[in-house]
Amino acid sequence: MTETITAELQEGQIFDPTLVSDETKIQNYMINFGPQHPAAHGVLRLVMELDGELIERVDPHIGLLHRGTEKLCEYKTYLQALPYMDRLDYCSPMSMEHSYVLAIEKLLGVDVPIRAQVIRVLWAELMRISNHLMNVGAHVMDVGGLTPILWLFVEREKIYRFSERVSGARMHAAYFRPGGVHQDMPAGLAEDIGDWAGQFHKVLDDVMVLAGGNRIFKQRNVDIGVITAKDAIAWGFTGPCLRGSGIEWDLRKSQPYEIYADLEFEVPVGKNGDCYDRWMVRMEEMRQSVKIVQQCLDRLKHLQGEPIATLDRKVAPPKRGEMKQSMEALIHHFKLYTEGFKVPAGEVYVATESPKGEFGIYLVADGTNKPYRCHIRATGMSHLQAMDFLLKGHMLADAPAVLGSLDIVFGEVDR
Amino acid sequence: MSHLPAVAGNEGVVERARSLLGDNLVAVVEAVGELTLIVKRQSLYRVLEQLRDAPDLAFDQMLDIAGADWPERAERFDVSYHLLSLRHNRRLRVKVLVNDVDPIPSIVAMFPNAGWLEREVWDCYGVYFEGNPDLRRILTDYGFEGHPFRKDFPLTGHVELHYSEEQARVVYAPVKLKQDFRNFDFLSPWEGQWQLPGDEKAENPEAGK
Repeated sequence: MTETITAELQEGQIFDPTLVSDETKIQNYMINFGPQHPAAHGVLRLVMELDGELIERVDPHIGLLHRGTEKLCEYKTYLQALPYMDRLDYCSPMSMEHSYVLAIEKLLGVDVPIRAQVIRVLWAELMRISNHLMNVGAHVMDVGGLTPILWLFVEREKIYRFSERVSGARMHAAYFRPGGVHQDMPAGLAEDIGDWAGQFHKVLDDVMVLAGGNRIFKQRNVDIGVITAKDAIAWGFTGPCLRGSGIEWDLRKSQPYEIYADLEFEVPVGKNGDCYDRWMVRMEEMRQSVKIVQQCLDRLKHLQGEPIATLDRKVAPPKRGEMKQSMEALIHHFKLYTEGFKVPAGEVYVATESPKGEFGIYLVADGTNKPYRCHIRATGMSHLQAMDFLLKGHMLADAPAVLGSLDIVFGEVDR
Repeated sequence: MSHLPAVAGNEGVVERARSLLGDNLVAVVEAVGELTLIVKRQSLYRVLEQLRDAPDLAFDQMLDIAGADWPERAERFDVSYHLLSLRHNRRLRVKVLVNDVDPIPSIVAMFPNAGWLEREVWDCYGVYFEGNPDLRRILTDYGFEGHPFRKDFPLTGHVELHYSEEQARVVYAPVKLKQDFRNFDFLSPWEGQWQLPGDEKAENPEAGK
């Protein structure tokens, strides 16, 4: 789709070489950004049409990581389909499970014990921190600052250690289960998370000094990729990208789930809707998330020994010790892990505030033990789609900055 | 107290929608606190516009378009639009029913993010959107055939690809499964089986002999 502008001679016109200079033969330049580009955040192929160094048109080609998660879910029981959720946004796996288990619980009408809710919120916030650490660091790296990502990855590694201790897996945890969480936190973990949360702000302060106030970082991000509040709503923006444009909308506040209504935290909002504001919103969200983590840890102290999953044995399996004693517990366990539970027919759309924005699950159940349809509302899909809108008229070098500020992960976009 | 997302109730929305949409509203379903409006396919654009522009509804964000396939129906596809009102903190699902030939009016002009979402439904289900300026495939491979999320499309697909050393490129071939595709029917063997082996002897004493 290249556009060629050439001066054509009219009939009878005398060829005048001064009219046709070399400059009139201009051809827009097409380049492929990705799919294997370190700043493409995975497998994004951006077909760009450039006029010199100005971007005329961007056509993102997605689907290179499409694995058919939604189709696979239809062939698995509800519990077997849960680990697929971890593989969507692999930067914040437990947040992906969160919407899915809430959707199932809504259809089942199951209540979740308070301790399980606190643990879920604790991990959802740790995932938010870990996701933002990745994004904030990668964003600075995309525009040329290599140091912050190295500092931030040290912290991210600590969160993965915690995740490994609680679920046995660093990333693909499969920890949130319908009815609660899979297992209780091991002894000492809460204290270790508390110690970590107490000193975490230091690294954020360091990054703010190094990158946040940095002249070069500001030159690369301020007034780049601006989207107004009205446009952000129309383009389906959610999460930090929407808040960066000045709209105070956070599902944790506006549609509180689990124990969020009882927690104290603030929702940071940007002003200009540019890349810098989105970056700053994420930096501040991490500080707020640490506050939530600390509140959850305080609450957990008062909830020692309470159940971590519903006692409804048709949904959550019994403890192993119970199975050794009770025949009924053994039958429940066997039935749950072969047949699974049946979910009453109906359809629900449940969305939570994942680190990237509104992550929704549209679940259609037909009364059997497998989802009839499990549609995933990917946050990044709407954000990435606005690339063309955001980048039009920008310089080529702004593309990584805008891409970094949108926080795209392809596991989720492509599904 | 429920641990589920607390959304404002749907009081009055049904009545308001009825008076606003008139004949375009085919049916209303309210279940587990969620409201679904089934509307006429042809007037979808108008309906979403009215729902967005009425100040007391103000469904100004279109978050998601989801397809679903019910092959036994004549209009086999459900296409659901998930709307959100930031002002009133409400959610709404607008649904249209369609077969695999008739087009759905595209809403790209109203919600620009519908562009890719419609492409996704087109790609996965083969539902045609009239007026979408760029209705290409989006998630599947370049040159893919078929619509993979239809219920009659096999989970394993039809083609697989591998790197060929001889031709020094990626080649496509029909799917060959090393093991038969297994789809377990977990639905309770105890509830499904009304007669245990040997029961027939009690009813018909001659059968056992």
